[in-house]
Amino acid sequence: MKVKQITKSKPSTKGMENLKAKNNLPKWEYSKTIEDSKHINLKDEYDLFVNGKLVKTKTYFETVNPATEEVLAKAAYASKEDIDNAVLSAEKAFNVWRKVTPKEKGKYIFRIARILQEKAREFAVIETMDGGKPIRESKSIDIPLSIAHFFYYAGWADKLSFAFPDKNVKPIGVVGQIIPWNFPLMMAAWKIAPALACGNTIVIKSAETTPLTLYKLAEVIQEAELPDGVVNIVSGDGATGSHIVNHPKVRKIAFTGSTEVGKIIMKATAGTDKKLTLELGGKAANIIFEDAPIDAAIEGIINGIYFNQGHVCCAGSRLLVQESIRDIVINKLKYRMKNLRVGDPLDKNTDVGAINSKMQLNKIKELVKSGIDEGANIYQCDCKLPKKGFWFKPTFFSNVAQSHRIANEEVFGPVLSILTFRTPEEAVVKANNTFYGLSAGVWTSKGSKVFNILSKIKAGVIWANTFNKFNPASPFGGYKESGFGREGGKHGLEAYVD
Amino acid sequence: MNKLRTFLESFPMSVDEFDTKERASVLASRSIKSDSKLWALKTAISMLDLTTLEGKDSKDKVFAMCQKAKQPMPGNDSIPHVAAVCVYPRLIKFAKDAVETSDVKVASVASAFPSGQYPLKLKLEDVRKCINYGADEIDMVISRGEFLSGNYEYVFYEIKQIKEACIDTSNSLKTNNGSIKNIHLKVILETGELETFDNVRKASFIAMFAGADFIKTSTGKVQPAATLPVTLVMLEAIRDYYNETGIKIGMKPAGGIKTAKDAINYLVLVNETIGEEWLTPSLFRLGASSVLNDLLKQIQKQKTGYYQSADYFTND
Repeated sequence: MKVKQITKSKPSTKGMENLKAKNNLPKWEYSKTIEDSKHINLKDEYDLFVNGKLVKTKTYFETVNPATEEVLAKAAYASKEDIDNAVLSAEKAFNVWRKVTPKEKGKYIFRIARILQEKAREFAVIETMDGGKPIRESKSIDIPLSIAHFFYYAGWADKLSFAFPDKNVKPIGVVGQIIPWNFPLMMAAWKIAPALACGNTIVIKSAETTPLTLYKLAEVIQEAELPDGVVNIVSGDGATGSHIVNHPKVRKIAFTGSTEVGKIIMKATAGTDKKLTLELGGKAANIIFEDAPIDAAIEGIINGIYFNQGHVCCAGSRLLVQESIRDIVINKLKYRMKNLRVGDPLDKNTDVGAINSKMQLNKIKELVKSGIDEGANIYQCDCKLPKKGFWFKPTFFSNVAQSHRIANEEVFGPVLSILTFRTPEEAVVKANNTFYGLSAGVWTSKGSKVFNILSKIKAGVIWANTFNKFNPASPFGGYKESGFGREGGKHGLEAYVD
Repeated sequence: MNKLRTFLESFPMSVDEFDTKERASVLASRSIKSDSKLWALKTAISMLDLTTLEGKDSKDKVFAMCQKAKQPMPGNDSIPHVAAVCVYPRLIKFAKDAVETSDVKVASVASAFPSGQYPLKLKLEDVRKCINYGADEIDMVISRGEFLSGNYEYVFYEIKQIKEACIDTSNSLKTNNGSIKNIHLKVILETGELETFDNVRKASFIAMFAGADFIKTSTGKVQPAATLPVTLVMLEAIRDYYNETGIKIGMKPAGGIKTAKDAINYLVLVNETIGEEWLTPSLFRLGASSVLNDLLKQIQKQKTGYYQSADYFTND
């Protein structure tokens, strides 16, 4: 047969085994796809941004890349005098900004959003370098969400009468805003955008370890030609923050950060006519029922606690899993954690980046030690950590009870506590048994169960069959020691009008 | 069936559509090392089931495809042959002759492909004939009608019967040949007709408990065929089945895989979901034909740094 004659003359086997042996090909490995940071021009020193201009000050502090411990730049340390100047400039600018028509205000905010959009890549790289978060997250979450917030509130600027139909609302005046280091640009956007839309002027302070993207935002604000002094940007530490809080001309304080500092601010503003919104810590329950979509729930656990190294106030740090599926969940979680890539935050294959600072790393270590001392079972990712920089292995504790410290206190790191429950009723009781109340998650395929549980949980945000999802149209904020006031959505406007 | 029933009742069975899609899209953005990429491209070729399943298939068409299967790139020994060719039953003998001197396997669709709407008796006869003609692998379809009307027991029973027919028939060939051929049974779920991921997960378990060696997404005759999310759901089922029973089941996405990038995305999915040990043709196959030339093109690109025109790759 013709067919046979031809085929027999052909070379024989070239099976994969032979091939592997012959060519000695490498095994499966992801490439380090490092986001290019060459195009990033960081200045040596970042000055204060006051009255539309860069202003020098006496002292400067270093900001480091937590993944390498290299100094990235120096940032201005604002003194009391600097804050006085910033508030003065905001006060003067208030008379200008309040007269700008609502429609024009919207245009300015739209302009900021668009310029930010053009520079998204640069912002993402700097956010990752300064904060240690994976580039995948800063590119797909931090920066786009920040932009989305500006776009969203730009739209509200000339529609305030629809947001508050029965009253004639007015801007408050000079607002002081203090933001944390976990989502620097995003937190700035959450605060600046609604404040501008409502006609206020701003003095905003970045966190000690992450001043850079805010000063880059100052450049955007200059480019957008916002009237001088409408947004004033400063950096410094707790003392700088207290100058803003205690300044008599500041009429409203918006703070996102730790419950500890929140309490100090609340005391400082008590007895004054200052308005206050606080977005503080959390110890969210992530509740997995036995009828949950299990592999999605595992992803939800991972995303809930290891997203941004667990530096998330609404992190799902308390996993409540129905006892009947505890072993399945723990085994699947361990398997999934094998594939978590911890390392260079600029590598786009990285899932978990660097801990934001040495101080935070020590705090995480201290709490993890308490978990071990109290007898909980620890499990950690079997991954190699880089030698330089601040790192912590993704960790979970099983056999945790409500009376363990790690079930109560906010770790603010990649550390999960796993508790169990038997019935929906018990899940609700345990979920609410916390002095926080920021967020929660519910995983079940039963729609009725979702609505039943979420109506009983006291938390500002409750996710069903997902976790850590944000949208500018959706309000965010807490109960109890997680703070009060809402950011985002129509609710977010309320904090900035009189 | 009892084991299956206990499993379905005791193990979490529901799948969330949105999270699955999101996870699949995150994994699709992973990039692999360039020397690993070369390995991945070649591995993908070695996992291909080159397929022609058309009414117009003829001897010469099958012959030409088989030559390409044996040596995808004439004169280049470093390129592996594909895993198998997949044809209709009538063409098994020609395919078998055409690949005779190589390790390329011959797979045939059987059991009233693609609809599955024939009596079991005829399906069994179909399968036996295919094995007698020399098929090494059988790609069967499940009865989606029965599945969707809730008759899981029938679906299970049918797969089990076909698996037994495979074993019995290959045993009967033993006397002629001297050795027993292990017939690989791939069970096509036709995920495009099952529609929901919950159904896909359930059908995957039915197939595995009934004796499938591989589970396969699609016939290629229904849209959508293979997608990353549906493959993820099936891989997760394979992983859960392996953890419960210790038995490794293979996976075959089929249809819709057009580019080398697609193929590598599937490998990433396998690597992340069940691990590197599944990255072998005995546990993972890609049912695709048009992707082969793109894989070759990318290999040449990796080696030379340039893309070559389509004229440098054979068209069979």
